[in-house]
Amino acid sequence: MAELALLQAAAVTARPVIAAEKLNIVFNAADKPVVALQDVDLHVAQGDFVSLIGPSGCGKTTLLRAIADLAPLSSGTLTVNGMTPDEARRKRAYGYVFQAPALFPWRNVQRNVTLPLELTGMARAEREARAAENLALLGLKDFARKFPWQLSGGMQQRVSIARALSFKPDLLLMDEPFGALDEITRDSLNLHVHELWRRTGMTAVFVTHSIPEAVFLSTRIVVMSARPGRVLRVIESHLPEVRTLEMRDMPDFVAVAHEVREALREGHSYD
Amino acid sequence: MIKMLVRPLPFVTVMLALIIIWYIAAYFLNAPQAINLMDPDDVNNLWAVVQAAWSMDRPVLPTPDQIFSNLYDSIFNYPLDSPRNFLLQMAYTAETAITGLVIGMVLGIALAIGIVHSRVLDRSLMPWVIASQTIPILAIAPMVMVALGNIGFTGLAPKAAIVAYLSFFPITVGMVKGFRSPDAMQMDLMRTYNASGANVFFKLRWPVAMAFLFPSLKVAVALAVTGAIVAELPTGATVGLGARLLAGSYYGQTMMMWGALVLASLLALGLIGCVRLGEAGLTRARGGRL
Repeated sequence: MAELALLQAAAVTARPVIAAEKLNIVFNAADKPVVALQDVDLHVAQGDFVSLIGPSGCGKTTLLRAIADLAPLSSGTLTVNGMTPDEARRKRAYGYVFQAPALFPWRNVQRNVTLPLELTGMARAEREARAAENLALLGLKDFARKFPWQLSGGMQQRVSIARALSFKPDLLLMDEPFGALDEITRDSLNLHVHELWRRTGMTAVFVTHSIPEAVFLSTRIVVMSARPGRVLRVIESHLPEVRTLEMRDMPDFVAVAHEVREALREGHSYD
Repeated sequence: MIKMLVRPLPFVTVMLALIIIWYIAAYFLNAPQAINLMDPDDVNNLWAVVQAAWSMDRPVLPTPDQIFSNLYDSIFNYPLDSPRNFLLQMAYTAETAITGLVIGMVLGIALAIGIVHSRVLDRSLMPWVIASQTIPILAIAPMVMVALGNIGFTGLAPKAAIVAYLSFFPITVGMVKGFRSPDAMQMDLMRTYNASGANVFFKLRWPVAMAFLFPSLKVAVALAVTGAIVAELPTGATVGLGARLLAGSYYGQTMMMWGALVLASLLALGLIGCVRLGEAGLTRARGGRL
């Protein structure tokens, strides 16, 4: 009896935030249709940090966009928090971080972060308080009055993460957010994201093509392959919950990274 | 500070060169008539001919100093409400230009909003907008004046209509481009916020388009002043710099014509200055970049 209760409790905490089954996405290109995703199954439980990794054209961004209702499904089912992606988007159930910061240059940092809240009609004082909270979380407390072009690329991307937190989403979707940044900045941002995830207990889906980044951040790594885009393997990472950059040289970390690399090779990603 | 001192230098240099050329041209254009009117004894005295050519009552080309003393006389020796006072005439033209400009701006922006938000309007209106500007304004202005006059619109309204007709075009073209300039990522971002069409317009399209509004406005201002003067030329030519221009040409009063031209360009400069002021204000509000 006690065991059953425990199982139920586990089931509650492991409630699927994202459930995709037999997901297909086909784009109609000029000459012939392009299969961006073929029969993709994906289950993301609450509190998971899932990375989607694979070569260019494997559909990892498309999958993320489908979850965010930015790309239409061709067939299959996809639910976000038990709702269709469209319903989830209308309920502002997720925060989305794009490949580029996509900040509005005519707004200062604070007003960029309050932008989503302005659309909800929230009172100004409340908006600003929440923006301050999110900026502090990303270490940007002193930059609220700066304009985007006065910040480095890494800081701009941090602002865009703070902005994605505006609706206090329990799901954060990130599409290669650090792809355009140098490695040192990327390391520091990885720490920021890791801290954020640990402190908020959010669920995160993170698209990347960096193996160390995926291993460092994730609880699970979804390895994908291209043409057609499909899921090759899902690798569980049992690294400790609190992670440091030094861990990347430890045998456990290297082993997971190796496993990911092997899976990518199986998918002919290096051809 | 240094920039402010150095920047006018090329401008002043060119202006000096133009003034010198002007005086030389005034000599050659006016000398034949001046010689006819002169005492025959002085005809071989070059300096006397030059002085006569530069100080005729009805010169072919008045000299800058004549134009300005004529303007000075008109502005300071006549009361402000006298039709001989150029400032009054400029005020009429300014009223026409500004009224027409405001109407053209509202119309131009409204058209751009329609074109950006409706494919039907985009397909159906844009060709007409472009075609409207291929009609020479000089041909259409008298017709507009007559047609509107017949249905009871006289005075400011028909003239402002002509100005609006000319000035809406650069605004529409610029703002269509501006409203369409948010990139795909910015549009996706607004979609993730479940933003309404109005949200997207006011929070994204409108602020982005501001960078396109001011250049369009500068073109529109130049067209508005031209348009106001053209509108003052036809039958109803009674007030405004255009009317002075026309009267000057009837009576061979070249100085009057030049005075009207000088004030017309000052009016355009003033209006452009206002646009730049607005642009500078918005740029400052945006932290230094528009």
